[in-house]
Amino acid sequence: MKLAPASDQTPAVELLDITKAFPGVLANDHISLVLRRGEVHCLLGENGAGKSTLMAILSGMQQPDSGRIRVDGQEKEIDSPRAALDLGIGTVYQHSTLIGPLTVIENLLLGDSRGLKLDFAGARRRLKEFAGMLGVEIEPDVPAQELALGRQQQVEIIKALWRGSRVLILDEPTSMLTPQAVAELHKVLERLKTSGLAIVFISHKLHEAVALGDRITVLRQGRVTGSIERERIRLSSPDELESQIVALMFGEGGEVAAAAAEVPELQMGIEGKAHRGTDTGDVALGLHRAYAPGDGSQPGIEDVSLELRLGEVLGVAGVDGNGQRALAEAISGQRPITHGEIRYLGAPVGSLSVAQRQKLGLRYVTDDRLGEGIVSALPVSVNLFLKRIGRAPYWRHGHMRSEAIDRDAEALVNRFDIRTPGVEARAGTLSGGNVQKLLLARELSFDAKVVVFHKPTYGLDLKTTRTVRSMIGELRREGAALLISTDLDELIEVCDRIAVLSRGRIVGVVDNGPGAAEQIGRMMIGDVTLGIKEAPEPEVQRA
Amino acid sequence: MSILHFAAASNIFSKAVLTSLVAGGLLAGVPLMFTALGETISERSGVLNLGLEGMMLLGAYVGFVVAYYVHSQTLGFVAGMAGGTLGGVIMVVLCVWLGLDQIVVGIAITLAGGGITSVLQGAQFGTSYPRLAAPATVSIPGLDKIPVLGPSLFNQPVLVYIGFALAGLLAWIYRKTNIGLNLRAAGEKPEALDAAGVSVVATRSWAALSTSALAGLGGAYLSIVSAGVFTPFMTQGQGYMAIVIAMLARGKPLWVVFGSFLFGISLSIATALQLAGVNISTDIVNTLPFVAIIVALLIFARRSYLPPALCLPYMRGAK
Repeated sequence: MKLAPASDQTPAVELLDITKAFPGVLANDHISLVLRRGEVHCLLGENGAGKSTLMAILSGMQQPDSGRIRVDGQEKEIDSPRAALDLGIGTVYQHSTLIGPLTVIENLLLGDSRGLKLDFAGARRRLKEFAGMLGVEIEPDVPAQELALGRQQQVEIIKALWRGSRVLILDEPTSMLTPQAVAELHKVLERLKTSGLAIVFISHKLHEAVALGDRITVLRQGRVTGSIERERIRLSSPDELESQIVALMFGEGGEVAAAAAEVPELQMGIEGKAHRGTDTGDVALGLHRAYAPGDGSQPGIEDVSLELRLGEVLGVAGVDGNGQRALAEAISGQRPITHGEIRYLGAPVGSLSVAQRQKLGLRYVTDDRLGEGIVSALPVSVNLFLKRIGRAPYWRHGHMRSEAIDRDAEALVNRFDIRTPGVEARAGTLSGGNVQKLLLARELSFDAKVVVFHKPTYGLDLKTTRTVRSMIGELRREGAALLISTDLDELIEVCDRIAVLSRGRIVGVVDNGPGAAEQIGRMMIGDVTLGIKEAPEPEVQRA
Repeated sequence: MSILHFAAASNIFSKAVLTSLVAGGLLAGVPLMFTALGETISERSGVLNLGLEGMMLLGAYVGFVVAYYVHSQTLGFVAGMAGGTLGGVIMVVLCVWLGLDQIVVGIAITLAGGGITSVLQGAQFGTSYPRLAAPATVSIPGLDKIPVLGPSLFNQPVLVYIGFALAGLLAWIYRKTNIGLNLRAAGEKPEALDAAGVSVVATRSWAALSTSALAGLGGAYLSIVSAGVFTPFMTQGQGYMAIVIAMLARGKPLWVVFGSFLFGISLSIATALQLAGVNISTDIVNTLPFVAIIVALLIFARRSYLPPALCLPYMRGAK
């Protein structure tokens, strides 16, 4: 093992002014970060804050648009994972890189290109050595997929250290682990730290950062919003630290609201007045003890009860992957509910199909815009009427009537300000913001009444974001909106009340107002139950 | 009726018939063996090579032409490998580097390989089909005296022994070397290989090129040795058979050898039946290899194994 001595004062790695943009998103905005030997540096932030992008840059999976990286004081270019590994930067990725059918030893030997023949005997010895250092025991000849997740992660840590590491990056390492495995991981990291390794621990769980971190850096929307030094962590009480971090992670909330108000109100054009809501206050959409299955690693919803009133925007806050998609799809009809009830304008709709609910005015703006939102190979015009296939006046006797579609598509394109070369352009050629406007045009027109939005502004530029948010607010006039979002600022800005979804359950509902952001932030992180009487923290075993 | 006939034929199990069956199986099986061994390489790395048929034809044609004009079978085999590799280069550039659909490109190579070689054959030889002399064989002293199997198995062109050795070599590479591990990782989880600092593109490129070279060699063996002549579209679906063999063998080289031999027998059974004095319409006999494939698939399809990343182009960072 080639671990550098801990006494050296030069930082193991310095990231300077790193900027990285993806189409429509500024993932890293001039971020600087210093990693020191013998320290656990926690990188904290919400999903989409830019943590993973930053670490992908350090591990050579992504190239920064600008900025520099220094390793042991010397400027280096990390243009591939191989370059990172050669510099001693090992990464345990959020998604396992172990190859299931291969044995532990084979997984460890992967990429270890010394000579043609695999050195099984030598690898076994090294594995034993590393396992001793981590204080664990690992069977070398078992296929990786047969190990428990915690054990698999230990193998990944060894794999990251295999070629001699100075930095170990752990990306959301506890997201899939049982509490016991988390405790074991903490012990392993303590041991590794004393051997002089610089450890980066990426997380969105506040209590972990406080428990583990020698230094905490908070990212929000691609920027470093604050950094807490070793001394401060030692001297402050956990409560002080947490409230400080919550403020850094989620901002003061509401500060954006003033800016958004300046945007001229957009003409919405919800057509038809047939279902005019008599007076606000009636229940537009009600879920009563609803259950829906999850898929893969994504949880479903359990025992969810919610009431969305006419004239209201109800927010659903929560860390991504806590059942948001299941909730949205259960309401839209894309996912069956196994128990419970969904009522729309007083009538049960749980057994109605997607198309029937759509026709009644219950709409869903998906977060999977390119996947299930549009058919990218079809023109914008057809995409606008995708949910009206076969219906007059756009289809007659099974024939598509292009003139009618094109004419009305033009009108929608104008009204919703969709920037496209023409209605005949393929939808796949539109930018992310315009794809979202296309979806909004489709879902909000033709008697939309109650609309479910799932992360409607994720990845959009500021201007489109504001447009979308004002459209959501507009729904108050004639209907109601359910806004599922991981962006707390957005919820604070747009919603009247905000429910918090955690592990598929509603853990509380908060009236929007002063102090709401912090309260919700704590509920989202899931370790404090401030001001909630109902719904105690459920014990969910995640495999 | 024909089955009764078949069973009643008194000399069906005679020495001559069995010898011819084994020899014929080998003669027809060796091209399959080279091609299917090749397919195990690229399949492991995540590249499904549906262009095998075209690559075999390219190898068969180029190999035959060189052997015919230069009067060297060895050079013919080398040229055949080069011919197959030509198709492989196209596959690598389009599928591995540019990420195009492997199925579409594979079929295109198959169609192009068949078309081009038959046009060239026509332009060069017209309607005459010149034949090559029978290849020199090497018999292994002692073993060639074993009854039935001896003369058919152990009196073969050198290339056949090389083919068996290659199967052993591949088995060793797959199990014991870095190359084998990289290939498997590229097919199972390319992002893991990438994260381990090994280029997925390079790994898959070399794999696809080796595959095409072996398919070309298989084709060359078919035209130079098995048939002694090049005729348009002479592979008659053997490239696809090789894919099936590689799948059923779960990419294991020794199983590939065994499977190729069995399919070889079904391909060459007509001669043996004639020797046995059984008269079945050649049309029926010619369908046997395909019936064999369908039966084999029905029985063994469940045990076939394909790597999860097969057919999926890999681009770093793309989801």
